[in-house]
Amino acid sequence: MSEVRRVVRDGLWDNNVVFAQMLGMCPTLATTGSATNGLGMGLATTVVLVSSGVLVSLFRNVIAREVRIAIYVLLMSTVVTLVDMAMNAWLHELHKVLGLFIPLIVVNCAIMGRAEAFASKRAPGMAALDGLMMGIGFTLALMVLGGVREAIGQGTLFADASMLLGQHFAFLELRLEGYRGVLLMILPPGGFLALGFLVAARQRMLARARARSLGASAGAGITAGT
Amino acid sequence: MIHSPYVRKAVSVQRTMGLVLLALIPGIVAHALLIGPGVLVNLAISTITAVGAEALMLHLRKRPVAIAVGDLSAVVTAWLVTLCFPPIVPWWLTVCGALVAIVAVKHLYGGLGQNPFNPAMIAYCSMIVAFPALMSQWPPAGQLSFDTQLALILGGARDIDGITGATALDALRTGLRSGTQTVDAVLQGSAFGALGGRGWEWISVGYVAGGLFLLAKRIITWHMPLAFIGVLAGISTLFWLLDPGRFASPLFHLASGGAMLAAFFIVTDPVSGATTPRGKLLFAGGIALIAWLIRNFGAYPEGIAFGVLLMNMCVPLLDMKTQPPVFGHHKDAKGGGK
Repeated sequence: MSEVRRVVRDGLWDNNVVFAQMLGMCPTLATTGSATNGLGMGLATTVVLVSSGVLVSLFRNVIAREVRIAIYVLLMSTVVTLVDMAMNAWLHELHKVLGLFIPLIVVNCAIMGRAEAFASKRAPGMAALDGLMMGIGFTLALMVLGGVREAIGQGTLFADASMLLGQHFAFLELRLEGYRGVLLMILPPGGFLALGFLVAARQRMLARARARSLGASAGAGITAGT
Repeated sequence: MIHSPYVRKAVSVQRTMGLVLLALIPGIVAHALLIGPGVLVNLAISTITAVGAEALMLHLRKRPVAIAVGDLSAVVTAWLVTLCFPPIVPWWLTVCGALVAIVAVKHLYGGLGQNPFNPAMIAYCSMIVAFPALMSQWPPAGQLSFDTQLALILGGARDIDGITGATALDALRTGLRSGTQTVDAVLQGSAFGALGGRGWEWISVGYVAGGLFLLAKRIITWHMPLAFIGVLAGISTLFWLLDPGRFASPLFHLASGGAMLAAFFIVTDPVSGATTPRGKLLFAGGIALIAWLIRNFGAYPEGIAFGVLLMNMCVPLLDMKTQPPVFGHHKDAKGGGK
């Protein structure tokens, strides 16, 4: 089923929230000091994306167009509040690190964007899939960004991962001994730098793919997120 | 009598940059004699790195490599980067700084003439934020042998601590923060000379000599150095007169840190600075004001670099708002019909 494949590809790569749509820059830059924080933030956002997508889709025929934004915000903030409380209860340590940013998920433009562009026009099933794929794409992007910053910044990878995922995942935590770290990468400028270079790398891959497909057949469907 | 129009001799980038390098030499010589020859090693490292990076970036960008490398602009950037860094930073820090300046600040924004920020100042700021401890090791005058300096630069003596004294600005800040000492009491300390930091003040004199040479050669105009020195001297005099116990004298502010290097070589950067006469005055004055504020009230001992970057951001606005009226037009006559 090509429709499903399209949605999956869009969320993970073609229309990735961070690298293509450039939405949700605040959590992207603010919470990616480490791969674990990025993962936690990504997962929380994914939960919100899926549930708010389903809710918006369910109510899409009864929401008046003129007040839709306000209604979306209401639905999203309900979900975000639930996620906030759930994380505080079950992932208390991580919540202490990300606490400030969890309530701010509600103003993540990516969620509003998917509600407006996708969920409000589609059936709940597709909206859930779209939310899930966008969320996974967002999570992966945040994890990569956090991983790069953490590795260069302090020479670790997935530090404190067991805090988020439980003791079984303690093996993920890597540490480079004797590395002094580049403080800049952990600080806000590092977020902008790493993001800029990652987006540039992606654009380069797309340009190469485009050149290849132009060589093969003219007019191949490439939806580069520029 | 000679009448207009005059034919001007074209000034090549290479000649300008060559004269700037020449003008830096008195300061560098003073630096090498008083503090130690470590600075020369780092100058060599940064020059090689910067020229290499310049050639590589030009090659990647498919530009003619030989012409642009030969214009010496990368060498000027490299020298300025090194002269803002402490002279005994490890070699890789110099390499990082030169790479940031050339690759990120200069070429990612389009190469010579296109960068909105001063490359040397971005290199300084990014390195002091990334490696605050290493970037604060300023050696006191004449206390480190060449061997020690070389070992520090090349990484043979990673863990020598306590060989570096506080700089004049650092010592003054710490002394004043303790709350019990006045400026005069702090200035009795060993880090201080007649004007500013002991030894460092003569390097400042070297930079002034080079700056005057550049002024005489008309490589730089008087606006920026004058506004920078004038505002820094003016505001420090004002507060010094109000409360000499808490604020250092204008002479101290001018002779300490990178004030003179900045006045003649940094703020006068023709690419990232303002271009109109009034814009230049505001630009350099703004830097001096921010530098003084950070020195006295900020978290870092030296604020010139941050001042330069903040004012770099204002340059488009300054240039737009200070366009001189075209000859024959009145300022308030729109369209200039009368």
